[in-house]
Amino acid sequence: MSQEIEVPELGSVGLLRYGWRQLTSMRTALILLLLLGIAAIPGSLVPQRTQNPIKVGEYFKNSPELSKWMDRFSLFDVYGSPWFSAIYILLFISLIGCVLPRTIEHFHAARALPPATPKNLDRMEHHSSWTAQGDELDKARAWFKSKRFRVLERDGSISAEKGFTRETGNLFFHLALILILLGISFSSLFGMRGMAIVNVGERFVNTTTSYDSLNYGKLFSESNLSDFALTVDKFTAKYNVLTSAPEDYTLEVSFAKDDLTKTEKRTIKVNSPLKLGNTSIYLQANGYSPVVTVRDSKGNVAMQGPVPFLPQDANLRSIGAIKVPDADPQIGFVGSFVPTYSRSGADGAVSVFPEALDPRLLLAAWVGDLGLDSGVPQSVYRIDTSKMNQVGLKSLKPGETFIYPQGSITFEGYLQWVNLEIVNDPGKNYALLGGIVAILGLLASLFTRRRRIWIRVGKSVEVAGLAKNAAPGLESEMAEFVAMLKGEK
Amino acid sequence: MSRTWAYLSNYLVYSSMAVYTLSFFAHAIETAWAVRVTTEDSKKNIDYKRTEKVARIATAMMILGFVLLFAGVVARGVSAGRVPWGNMYEFSITGAMAFSGAYLAALRKYDLRWLGLLVSIAVLLTLGTAIAVLYRPSAPLVPALKSTWLVIHVSAAIISGGVFLLANAIAAAYLYLDAMESRGERTAWAKRLPSLEDLDQLSYRLVAFVFPLWTFAVIAGAIWAESAWGRYWGWDPKETWAFITWVAYAAYLHARVTVGWRGRKAAWLCLFAGSTFLFNYVYVNIWGTGKHTYSGL
Repeated sequence: MSQEIEVPELGSVGLLRYGWRQLTSMRTALILLLLLGIAAIPGSLVPQRTQNPIKVGEYFKNSPELSKWMDRFSLFDVYGSPWFSAIYILLFISLIGCVLPRTIEHFHAARALPPATPKNLDRMEHHSSWTAQGDELDKARAWFKSKRFRVLERDGSISAEKGFTRETGNLFFHLALILILLGISFSSLFGMRGMAIVNVGERFVNTTTSYDSLNYGKLFSESNLSDFALTVDKFTAKYNVLTSAPEDYTLEVSFAKDDLTKTEKRTIKVNSPLKLGNTSIYLQANGYSPVVTVRDSKGNVAMQGPVPFLPQDANLRSIGAIKVPDADPQIGFVGSFVPTYSRSGADGAVSVFPEALDPRLLLAAWVGDLGLDSGVPQSVYRIDTSKMNQVGLKSLKPGETFIYPQGSITFEGYLQWVNLEIVNDPGKNYALLGGIVAILGLLASLFTRRRRIWIRVGKSVEVAGLAKNAAPGLESEMAEFVAMLKGEK
Repeated sequence: MSRTWAYLSNYLVYSSMAVYTLSFFAHAIETAWAVRVTTEDSKKNIDYKRTEKVARIATAMMILGFVLLFAGVVARGVSAGRVPWGNMYEFSITGAMAFSGAYLAALRKYDLRWLGLLVSIAVLLTLGTAIAVLYRPSAPLVPALKSTWLVIHVSAAIISGGVFLLANAIAAAYLYLDAMESRGERTAWAKRLPSLEDLDQLSYRLVAFVFPLWTFAVIAGAIWAESAWGRYWGWDPKETWAFITWVAYAAYLHARVTVGWRGRKAAWLCLFAGSTFLFNYVYVNIWGTGKHTYSGL
């Protein structure tokens, strides 16, 4: 047996209104909140492109089919994915739809007077009555005033209310969350973030071409790059002699802003970046650049200078590539730099300490086509040797030269390099403000209780109280109130 | 000099374990006697004083254990010349201290001694794992950790963790007793435990009390990350799980205050939220990658 239920036509406006009500209902908000938490999980289990692109690459190499499918669901970019964005955008719309009407309502309620004293106080909680002395109403008035209750006095009775801070704090907390989100969006639209490797002694001028990698928001323009230049004067790294663990990194720079001819000495450390308005300059990593001179068979210099190598372990064994495209034929060196040399049976040359106590440069020389003109982007730390022939292997101390049939390479020494990260984050102060307001709002909303206290004085005194959500603590407050009225103190 | 302090710290931690073990036995005896007292006919003359006396001894041992552990944590800090929160061994001994501290603090207001058995077991297991598996010699901090924020961020996180786990233990007790009651009456020893309603309220109050502190710990971490790593939020696994824990507890508070969840559903949600915290501590520190993993755990 079936029964047709007649449903009134909603119409498109009605449907929209229905949808809006569903979205802004507490239940939906709660589900969205839980969903957001669950949706954040995969990003902590699967490597993410923004944090660990190398591991993502390994994933694709090891299981290409699976990775392709995972990529379709943005599992390598969870926090920028459409589905993650959808959840938090819906959550924030729901939040706004819930908080704004409540703010308006609260604004009116906060200015309204408390409702009149109920007729039958003996039906309320915390009720007590005793014979009147006569001055109870005055005492109560003064007490309420000193405790900053809002009062309505009428016909020998006072109705007092307190605890609006609870809802105020609650609303401020939620508005602050919106502020944090706005701050984050503002940064991602107007901010920039770039990395540059700079050798000690070199100068960095803040223009787009100085960066090794640079990302900026949709609304960021190059003219927003703040005007500054810095020269890396000195980099000091201190290590624990037993464990090789780093203990301190200090970077000294000559810094110039606006007028680039006036420099001042500044220091950058790991926990104290150099700040210039919304721009901060961070010391992120460091390593060694072997300095080499490459000569052709006639003794002409084909290339000279420091080449940054990439650290591989805690003792800064570093690998890199020296490419000499101008030589004929082209020459490339696949190299490994160890700051404190030692031999280990299984691994060959290893470094036993991160400071350059006994540096070595180990080179494999390759001759042929470096493949730089093929158009395929190449890592500066690696060489594609598929079209090259190896012509020799050599381990060099500083000052030594390796001679091979097509020329020679001299290991002149080494420089340290630092990796500077330069970040312009215009929204972070809003996010910080949002964070502070959120905590204050949370404290206010979790630790204040909304309650009403009534007193009516005739032949006898009658008092009663009511706490919203049966919040604890009213009992002792009522006891104090009654004791005060009776003059017991 | 620093080595002497490190040895002293180890002795203090070992001694605290011995004292916690005594507390554990006292709690076990107290529980056993309490069962006998409730099983036997209450009209007979039974010496309740004995149970009470053992319970007092158990609590006294717990306090002594806490004091010794506190001294051990402080000595560890002195030996390294910094706050003792540089690796997982140090987090674990501090965490165990925070957990028993949270229990003792709550004890001043609520009679939670029935939970003492569980607390002493958890503390002993944590300390045992810390000493056997996680121990590392005392060493200075890597540059990224050298910041005042280490004190602020980590202490807030550890205290929050201690209270979250206490709330979890109470929520678990709730679910256990709730299942028992739905089968019939409470068994003899369970009769002396608080009513379901009280347990429900208590775990809620603990969470509501410490949620702002957890929020603060996350925000303080973000401020620190901004100065150490160049961004205040980067979805590092630790950050992600801190966020998940925050969201889970936020959902718990909303479910209680706004939607009116009580009892079983709320207890499960509380357990879920607490387990995200534990997962963050264990999984991310040991198997995770990311910026919160420093050399040697």
